[in-house]
Amino acid sequence: MDLSLIDINWQVITPQIILAVFGFVLLLLEAFLPKDKKGILPHLAWIGIALSFFFSVNLFGSGFSGFNGMALADNFALFFSFIFLISSFLVVLLSISFLKREEQVRGDYYALLLFATLGMMLMASSFDLIVIFLGLEIVSVSLYILSGFRKKDPKSNEASMKFFLMGSFATSFLIFGIALIYGNFGTTNLEKILFLAPFSGVFAGASEFLLYAGIGFLIVGFGFKIASVPFHMWMPDVFEGAPTPIAGFISAGPKAAGFAALLRIFLLAFSSIKPDWTLIFWILAVLSMTTGNLLALWQTNLKRLLAYSSIAHGGYILIAFVSGSNSAISGVLFYLSAYILMNLGAFAVIISMGSKEKEGTDLYKEYAGAGLKNPFLGVFMAIFMLSLAGFPPTAGFFAKFYIFSSAIKSGYLGLVIIAVINSLISVYYYLRVIVYMFMRPSAEEVKPVSIPFSLGLVILLTGIGILALGILPQELLNLAYNSIF
Amino acid sequence: MIEYVWLIPLLPLIGFVINGILGRRLGKTLVSLIGCGTIGVSFLISVKILFELLSLPAEHRIIERVVFPWIYSGLFKVNVSFLLDPLSCVMILVVSGVGFFIHVYSIGYMGEDKGFARFFSFMNLFVFFMLTLVLSNNFLLLYLGWEGVGLCSYLLIGFWYEKKSASDAAKKAFIVNRIGDFGFALGIMLIFWTFGTLNYSDVFLQAPSILTLGGGLATAITLLLFAGAVGKSAQIPLYVWLPDAMEGPTPVSALIHAATMVTAGVYMVARCHVLFQLAPFTMGLVAVIGAVTALYTASIGMVQNDIKRVLAYSTISQLGYMFLGCGVGAFASGIFHLMTHAFFKALLFLGAGCVMHALSGELNMQKMGELKNKLPVTFWTMFAAVLAISGIPLFSGFFSKDEILWKAFSQGNLILWIIGLVTAGMTAFYMFRLFFLTFFGKSRVDESIKSHIHESPKIMIVPLMVLAVLSVIGGYIGVPKSLGGGNNFESFLSPVFGEKGEIALHPASTEYLLMALSVVVALLGIFFAYRFYIKSPDLPKSLAQRFSFPYKLLLNKYYVDELYFKIVVNPLLKFATFLWQFFDVKVIDGIANGLANTVNWFAGIGRKVQTGYVRNYALGMVFGVLLILAYFILR
Amino acid sequence: MPSDYAFVGLFLVFGVAFVLFVFLLSKLIAPYKPNPVKKENYECGEVPIGQGWVQFNVRYYLFAIIFVIFDVEVVFLFPWAVVYKSLGFFAFIEMLIFIAILIFGLVYVWRKGALKWV
Repeated sequence: MDLSLIDINWQVITPQIILAVFGFVLLLLEAFLPKDKKGILPHLAWIGIALSFFFSVNLFGSGFSGFNGMALADNFALFFSFIFLISSFLVVLLSISFLKREEQVRGDYYALLLFATLGMMLMASSFDLIVIFLGLEIVSVSLYILSGFRKKDPKSNEASMKFFLMGSFATSFLIFGIALIYGNFGTTNLEKILFLAPFSGVFAGASEFLLYAGIGFLIVGFGFKIASVPFHMWMPDVFEGAPTPIAGFISAGPKAAGFAALLRIFLLAFSSIKPDWTLIFWILAVLSMTTGNLLALWQTNLKRLLAYSSIAHGGYILIAFVSGSNSAISGVLFYLSAYILMNLGAFAVIISMGSKEKEGTDLYKEYAGAGLKNPFLGVFMAIFMLSLAGFPPTAGFFAKFYIFSSAIKSGYLGLVIIAVINSLISVYYYLRVIVYMFMRPSAEEVKPVSIPFSLGLVILLTGIGILALGILPQELLNLAYNSIF
Repeated sequence: MIEYVWLIPLLPLIGFVINGILGRRLGKTLVSLIGCGTIGVSFLISVKILFELLSLPAEHRIIERVVFPWIYSGLFKVNVSFLLDPLSCVMILVVSGVGFFIHVYSIGYMGEDKGFARFFSFMNLFVFFMLTLVLSNNFLLLYLGWEGVGLCSYLLIGFWYEKKSASDAAKKAFIVNRIGDFGFALGIMLIFWTFGTLNYSDVFLQAPSILTLGGGLATAITLLLFAGAVGKSAQIPLYVWLPDAMEGPTPVSALIHAATMVTAGVYMVARCHVLFQLAPFTMGLVAVIGAVTALYTASIGMVQNDIKRVLAYSTISQLGYMFLGCGVGAFASGIFHLMTHAFFKALLFLGAGCVMHALSGELNMQKMGELKNKLPVTFWTMFAAVLAISGIPLFSGFFSKDEILWKAFSQGNLILWIIGLVTAGMTAFYMFRLFFLTFFGKSRVDESIKSHIHESPKIMIVPLMVLAVLSVIGGYIGVPKSLGGGNNFESFLSPVFGEKGEIALHPASTEYLLMALSVVVALLGIFFAYRFYIKSPDLPKSLAQRFSFPYKLLLNKYYVDELYFKIVVNPLLKFATFLWQFFDVKVIDGIANGLANTVNWFAGIGRKVQTGYVRNYALGMVFGVLLILAYFILR
Repeated sequence: MPSDYAFVGLFLVFGVAFVLFVFLLSKLIAPYKPNPVKKENYECGEVPIGQGWVQFNVRYYLFAIIFVIFDVEVVFLFPWAVVYKSLGFFAFIEMLIFIAILIFGLVYVWRKGALKWV
C-alpha cells in the first residue's frame, strides 16, 4: 500500500482538528485543574469554537477536498459547519449559568460538546458513507452521555438510557444499509455512487431489492437522527429528561447534521433514482408534521412541547426532499439556520425561567403572567414563538415560505396544503405560550428572575438574528444558494 | 452624502430602538438627546443632500440607491432601495426639519409625562416610517411606511390610553384608515398584476404604453390608490377620524395630524402623477373631492369652540386644497402648499399647545381671551401663522394657495376656483376668530387658573420662533413669474413632474386680478371675524339664535358622525351580533368543536403510542422499517 | 451476482446444519447416566455459591470497557506493524497520535478515580 495515493490535505480538516485539540485539552484540564479554577473551562470551549469558526470562514469558497473525498471543504459542508458551530457556541453560553446553578461545572461536559460538534462536521463534510457513519457515532455517543449528565436525576438517567438503546437500534439499521449499498456498488463514496446509481439494475441484477433495502435502512437510520415519525419516539422523553441546554443542543445541531447527510446522500448520490424514493419522503413528511403538531397541542411541559414542535419542523424540512430542486436545498439551509436560532432562543428563555429546584417548563404554574413580570423574557419568547409559528417579519416565516414555494414550483401542491394546514394547527400551541405569559393572571410562584449575562446575551443574539433574517432574508438566502453542492 | 441616504431613516430607527428598550433607565435628558439628536442629524444630512442635488445638473437629480435586496422569489423581486429626487428631497426636508423642531418642543411639552421615553420612541418610529415612505422607490416599501405611520398614529393618538376617549379615537382612526388602506393594497396588487413590477421607475416608464389614456385599467388603479389617499389624508368621506385624533398629545397633532403623515396621501398622488394623468376621470374626482372637502370642513371650522378641533378641520380643509391642486394637474403647486402648510400648521398647533400649557389644558376658546400680553411670544408667532394661512400677501400661504387657485382657474375650472375662493374667505374668518377669541377681548378664563398664566419655557418657544420665520419666508422660494419671481420651487421639481410652460391663455393682468380678488376675500373674512368677535362679541350669539338651524348643523359637523353611526356602524353592529349569535355560536363553534374533537381523538391515539416503554418505541421503528421495505417490494 | 449470495446462503445452511449434526451425533452416541454430582453446575472447577443471576458491581463494566478500548488498539496496531516498513515515517506519527489520544483517555480515567477499587 502506498500512502502517497491518499491526497492528504490537512487544511481541509483544520476546523475539525481545532475542535478535537480543544476537546482533549478540556478533558485534561478537567482532570488536573483544582475545582475552584474550573470557571475558565467554558470560556476555553467557546474560544475553541470561535477559532474553528474562523478557520471555516477562511475555507469558504475554496472548494478543497482531501483524503480521497473522505473530507471536503465545499461550501455545503462549510455552511453546515457554520450552523453547527453557531449552535454549539450558543449552547456553551447557555450551559455556563445552567451548570453553575446545578453545581456541576465540569470540563468533560464541554469536551463532549466539542466532540459532538466535531462529529456533526464530519457528517456534513464527507463524500464517504463510512466517514458519515463515523461522525454520526461520535455525535451519538457524546449525546448519550450528555443527556444523562444530571447523574442524580432519575429522569436524566432514563433519557440517557432510552436514547442509547434506541440510538443503537437505529445505528444497526444504518450500518446494515451502508453495507448493502457497498455490496451493490462496491464503494461507499457518494460521488462514485452518483455515477453508478443509474445503472444499478445492470450492476446488481436480481439483487435490486437489496439496494432498495439498503436505501430504506439509510432512511431509517437518519430518520432516527432527525426524529421523523415513526422513528421519533425517543425525542420527547429525551428532551424532558436531558439537561435543558442539551435538549436545546439535540434539537439544533445533530438534527441539522442528519439533514446534511440526508441531503448529500439522497439529493446528490441517489438523485438519479429520485422517483423511487420520493413517495417515502412524502409520507414521512406528512406523518412527521401531523403527528408532531397534533401531539404538541396538548403538552403543558414546555420542553416536551418543543420536542414535538421539533418533530413537526423536521416534517416541514422533509418537504424539500420531495421537491428536490436547488431552491429547495437552499431553503433547507435557510430553514435550519433560522430554526437553530429560534429554538435555542426558546430554550434560553426556559433556562432563565428555571431554578435549581424547578426546571422552568410548566406552562400553567411557571409561565402564567410571567411575561408581565419579566418583560424582557416575555417579549423575546413571543418573538421566538411567532417565529416558530411562521409569522412575518420573523425568520420562521421566510424559512417556511422558501420551502413551501419550492415545493409548489415542483408541483407538490397537495403536500404544501397539508403543510399549511399543519402550520395553522401549530399556531394554536405556539400562541398559547404567549397568551399564558401575557394574558393570564400570574401564578403565585411567578416572580421576576434575574437573568445571567450569558443567557441574556443568547436571548438577545437569537432574537435579533431572527428579526434580522425576517427583515433581510436575502443575504442568507444568497449564501445558502451559493452553498449547494 | 448622497451615498449615505439610508442613514436618514436609519437614525430615527436607532433612536426608537434605544429609547424603546432602555428608555426608562436612561433618564429624560438622554432620552430627549437621543430622540431629537437622531432626527436632527437626519435633518442635517437632508440639507447636505439638498445642496448636493442642487449642484448637479437638473436632469441628473433623480438618483436610486439599492440598500439591500429584500424579497426575491421568482418573478417577485423587491429591493429595499431609496429614490432621491427633488420631490423626495422636499419631503425628507419637511419631515425631518419640522419633525426636529416638534421633537424639541416636545421636550418641554411632555416633560412632566410619565411616558416620556415611550413618547419619544414612538415619535422616532413615526419619523422612521415617514422617511421610509417618502424615500421608497417602490410601492411595497411605500406600503410598509404607509402602514407603519398608521400604526404610529394609532399608538400616539391613544398615547394616554387610560382616557377612554383617547383609546376610542385611536380605534376610530385605525379602522377608518383600514378602509382606505384596503383600497390602496388592492391598487398595489393591481399594479403588480398589470406591470409585473412594483418599482416606480419601471411602472411609470411602462405606464404610457400599457395603459390607455382614460382606459378602465388606469382609472381602476388610480381610483384604488386614491382611496388610500382619501383615508390617510382625511378627505370626504373618510375624514371623520382626524378631528377625533386631537385626543393625542399636541406635538403629535402637530407632527402627524397636520404637518406630515396626513400629507402622505398628497405625496402619493403626486408621486404617481404619471398614472393619474392617464386617468382624467380620477383626476377630476381628486379635484372635486379636494375642493368640496376644503369648503365643507372650513364651514364646520367656523363654529367649533375647541381650539384643536378648529385646527383639525382647518387641516382637512387645507389638505383639500392640496388635492385640488393635484387634481387640476398642478402637482408642484400641491407639494408647494404641502410644504408651507407644514410650517404654519405645525406652528399653529404648537402655539395652541402653548396656550393649553398656560391654561392648564383648557381647550375651549370661549374660556380664553386677553392672552396677548401674557403670552407675547406665542401671540406674535401665531399671528404670523394666522396671516400665512389666511393668504395675506407676503406670507408663505399666500403664494402657495394663490398658485393653486390660479392653476384651477387657468385650467378653466371656474366652479372649483369659486369654491376655493370662498374657502379662502372662510379660512381667514375662522383663523382670525380663533386668534381673536384666544388673545383679544375680555378674559373668560376660569378664576382658578387666571393667577398662574405663564409663557412656556424656552425649549418650547424657540421652535415656535423658527417655524414662524419659516411661515413668513417659506413662500419666497416659489414666487410666481408674474410677481417677478422665478418660481424656483416648480422648476426644482420639474425633473419629477416635467416642464410645464405657463399656460398663456390668460394674460398676466388676469392673474393680478385674481390675486387681488383672493386678498379682498381674505380681508373680508378677517373683517367679519373682527366685527363678530372684537367689536360686538354678542353678535355671534344673536346670529346663532336667528340662524339656529345652520348654526346647529355646523356645530354638530353636519351630523356626519351620527349619520355614520346610524347607517354604517349600527347595521354593522347588528349584523355582527347576528353573525355572532347564529353563525359563530352555531356554525363555526360547531365546526371548531367537531374539529377539535377529531384532533383530540387523533392526539389521543398518538399519546397512547407514546407509552414511555423502549420496547414499544422499538416496535414503532420496526413498523416503520417494514413499511418502507414493503413499499420497495410492492412498488 | 445472485450466485454470490447463494454461496453465502449455502454457508449459512451448512453452518447451522453442522452444529445440529454435531449435537445430534453426541446425543446419539454418548451414554446418558446422570447422578447428582454430575448435574451440578460448576465454574472453574469450584462449586458455585448461590445463584448465577446476581448483580455485578458496575465497576466491572468500567474495567471491561477500558480493556476493550486497548484491545481494539492492539487490533489496529497489528496490521500497522505488519506493513510498517512500507508506510514510512508519516504513518508512524499517525499511530503515535492515535496512541496519544488513547493515553489521554487513560489519564483522564485515572485522574477521575475510575481505576480505584473502593
